[in-house]
Amino acid sequence: MPGNNPGMLQNAGILGADSIILDLEDAVSLTEKDSARILVREALKNVEYGNVEVVVRVNPFNSEFAKVDIDEIARVKPNALMIPKATEEELIAIDKMLINIESEEGFDAGSIKLIPIVETAYGLENVYSIIKSCDRIVAVLLGGEDLTSDLGIVRTKEGGEILYARNKVAVACRAMKVDSIDTPFTDTNDFEGLEIDTRKAKSLGFTGKAAISPKHIDTIQYVFAPSEAEIKHARRVLEAMEEAESEGKGVFSLDGKMVDAPIINRAKNTVELARLLGLI
Amino acid sequence: MQINKPAKAGTMESNDIYIMIMPSPKGGIEINLQSIVMKQFGEEMEKVILDTLKELSVESIIVNAQDKGALNYTIKARIETAVKRAQ
Repeated sequence: MPGNNPGMLQNAGILGADSIILDLEDAVSLTEKDSARILVREALKNVEYGNVEVVVRVNPFNSEFAKVDIDEIARVKPNALMIPKATEEELIAIDKMLINIESEEGFDAGSIKLIPIVETAYGLENVYSIIKSCDRIVAVLLGGEDLTSDLGIVRTKEGGEILYARNKVAVACRAMKVDSIDTPFTDTNDFEGLEIDTRKAKSLGFTGKAAISPKHIDTIQYVFAPSEAEIKHARRVLEAMEEAESEGKGVFSLDGKMVDAPIINRAKNTVELARLLGLI
Repeated sequence: MQINKPAKAGTMESNDIYIMIMPSPKGGIEINLQSIVMKQFGEEMEKVILDTLKELSVESIIVNAQDKGALNYTIKARIETAVKRAQ
């Protein structure tokens, strides 16, 4: 949501998204950076966002705006700060700033999380070490538009040009046990294309997807939610596991197929996600 | 804070308030507020403006404001932005 638009800021919490990103960067003109920062700060203090996770995208750390963005916004305790084009060194420096702010404001240490955006060739090639650089990182957002711009290539709806990027980000995030958020689909009226694009991201291991329009939220949530059949199967796996354990059996089968650790883990993840989404 | 020059903040978009401020030659605080909800919320809006100016230690200012249905947090934010731009 553009950070300088009060109507959008105060309605963001009721659009149905799991997280909202209040933007101080690309959606705000250079002459209005101060205005957006103060407005977002006051929104965070006064608008009730309920259970929606509130993330603020600050300006790039090497810009003249970043440090004052972080200083003012962190003090009103967003759930996370989103850092454009983040490098390891920048995340370490931001971590130090946040340690001081959390101490000064009496917040729990480490309570303000970070979400770096991977949107440059450097960021993509170094995504694993970027995530490893700071314990505050809870997710990575893949920025497809800026990445393809940095690579000097054309961004397409089909997304073949970002396949490597999607693979790399999803795998690195999984290895580091953080969430991976796919780049938004930019055609606000093509819902069929949105579903195809979202299924591609999910099939590669992404755990979520960003949206640039509230019209996209339902489709994205539908794709990422486990189906009724998947939930039922996962529950059967876990029930069979409990039964096997009570009989002292180390291995067991379900529907004629052996059930091993990866299948059990997948079942646990499915049931946990279903619970989080309120499906069970 | 002193108001050293004219400044403005906000927009005429729905849910926003357009603030123009300038130094006051006579001293004191003068507020000229126009709002689509003047009857219902005019007094409250003026109080928010005054409270914000007090927090910023502004004692001498002319504020011209055109409100398009801004909530209190927006009024406060736009006043603070304008005052800081007038430094």
